Amino acid sequence: MSLISVRDLTVSFPTRDGWVDVVRDVSFDLGRERLGIVGESGSGKSQTGRALLGLTPPPGRARAERLDFDGQDLRRATARDWRAIRGRRIAMVMQDPKYSLNPVMTIGAQMREAGRIAGVADPASTAHRTLEAVQIRDADRVLGAYPHELSGGMGQRAMIAMMLMAEPEVLIADEPTSALDVTVQVEVLRILDDLVRDRGMGLVFISHDLRLVSTFCDRVLVMYAGKVVEELAAADLDRAKHPYTRGLLNCLPRLDREPGPLPTLDRQEEWAL
Amino acid sequence: MTLLSIQDLNVVFPGKSGPVHAVRGVSIDVTRGESYGLVGESGSGKSTVLRAVAGLAPVSEGTITLDGQTLGRKRDRAFYRRVQMVFQDPYGSLHPRHTVDRVLSEPLAIHRMGDAEKRIARALDEVGLGQGFRFRFPHQLSGGQRQRVAIARALILEPEIMLLDEPTSALDASIQAEVLNLLDRLRVERGLTYVMVSHDLGVVAHMCERLSVMEQGRVVETLTRADLRALRATQPYTQRLLAASRGFTRADPVT
Ligand SMILES: Nc1ncnc2c1ncn2[C@@H]1O[C@H](COP(=O)(O)OP(=O)(O)OP(=O)(O)O)[C@@H](O)[C@H]1O
Ligand SMILES: Nc1ncnc2c1ncn2[C@@H]1O[C@H](COP(=O)(O)OP(=O)(O)OP(=O)(O)O)[C@@H](O)[C@H]1O
Ligand SMILES: [Mg+2]
Ligand SMILES: [Mg+2]
Repeated sequence: MSLISVRDLTVSFPTRDGWVDVVRDVSFDLGRERLGIVGESGSGKSQTGRALLGLTPPPGRARAERLDFDGQDLRRATARDWRAIRGRRIAMVMQDPKYSLNPVMTIGAQMREAGRIAGVADPASTAHRTLEAVQIRDADRVLGAYPHELSGGMGQRAMIAMMLMAEPEVLIADEPTSALDVTVQVEVLRILDDLVRDRGMGLVFISHDLRLVSTFCDRVLVMYAGKVVEELAAADLDRAKHPYTRGLLNCLPRLDREPGPLPTLDRQEEWAL
Repeated sequence: MTLLSIQDLNVVFPGKSGPVHAVRGVSIDVTRGESYGLVGESGSGKSTVLRAVAGLAPVSEGTITLDGQTLGRKRDRAFYRRVQMVFQDPYGSLHPRHTVDRVLSEPLAIHRMGDAEKRIARALDEVGLGQGFRFRFPHQLSGGQRQRVAIARALILEPEIMLLDEPTSALDASIQAEVLNLLDRLRVERGLTYVMVSHDLGVVAHMCERLSVMEQGRVVETLTRADLRALRATQPYTQRLLAASRGFTRADPVT
């Protein structure tokens, strides 16, 4: 049975020109698997992830034909229901780690609090262990540090560690490794992978990195202008049909590419219809 | 000719559990018109080097010279007209209550540059954001859109040197390609000089003639683009990075 089931999710914001749908009729089921969401900057990946947790920022609105988690209709969830879900059963690693961390609390204090909320038996030592698991060298110093005292990649990993402490049933990870080089990235992915395989966690992995997603995830949704334009088994990336997906891999700078301008996409109006 | 020279730079942050020696004796010379890369482990001090140049880090030792003139502790307005920085964390660097329009017009006003309308429209176009974004607030933008506003803000002053901290790591490949092509083109057209931090060796090999590899606050090796492409690295960290970047399409990273 799927953990999360979404039908026709639409997220809208009021703008100067009226309401604009930034997520349009998105449907998918998430099982105990790794589901990738890739797509252009601004295509609606983050807003899709947030809507799953009822975190569409006001005055924006999310609506769906169906939005179920473990048999529960999230569209009718009360504030109290959400408290029991967010950070415990469904956790989200936000795209801007420094923004989502509390600037006036040390990392350690935030992690211990997150652990307590999630009912972790020994929050202090779990915090330490989880930081080391995400390859933080100097866990003691990081626990005592404020967010602004961390480098970009350290902040990102602290955020992941905090979300992992709760051992959620579903993890929505929004660009969780974009500030990390490949050597550390691999270690972080391995942790997420273990959680899916050994504990049956469902993972929504949002990324703009198609190559990364296709090697790591089981399935990939490709978004463009708010819509899912393509769904692929990760292994079938070579058989992508949509021109956005197909063009994407050509644009990547590579070590063995000759100098000169990178190929760019010639976006067609009809892609956004 | 050397435009920016960093000699024996040391940066020490006061930390609760003792001082953090983030940069330890880094020396880098950047030639006018060059694009210079900085790569290295997370936490190795890359951002801190850029911030020190921008006058935003506690330098404990060393000198930074711009065009032969040694910089003091404080940077004046004229400095920021010549040197602009794009920060790694675009959320933190954009004022939450300022619209994109204000973010872009304020530096123009401060530096008394005319033609604001035209410059703002052009800067937004160049980073692939249309006029429709002009009156949005940062929280009304996606991560990659914020990143592009930060790049537009730096470009709009037409500086000589751009300090770019992971400028495209939040962008998908199609928009990254457009931004990198733009940066490349501007460098040729306006003779700009870049110091660029990236964890993506493909990006660095594409953009930079030379690069330094940092580890725990030190520069451990300096390579040319040709070295990088020929995979001629001597340091274990660089070799690991090269190996991982090369095999990524084929090798499953989570076996
Ligand atoms: N509060 C808001 N008001 C109006 N538009 C918004 C608001 N928040 C987001 N948007 C718009 O919704 C669209 C989707 O945003 P979202 O953050 O989901 O993109 P994304 O796919 O995550 O992009 P990125 O890869 O750049 O992070 C964007 O075009 C963005 O400008
Ligand atoms: N304001 C500060 N106070 C205390 N320590 C700091 C401060 N800023 C940075 N540091 C520390 O300095 C070291 C270098 O940080 P820096 O941000 O330069 O790393 P980086 O190489 O840019 O890493 P990343 O790739 O993760 O962004 C880190 O250990 C960091 O925790
Ligand atoms: Mg996003
Ligand atoms: Mg950094």
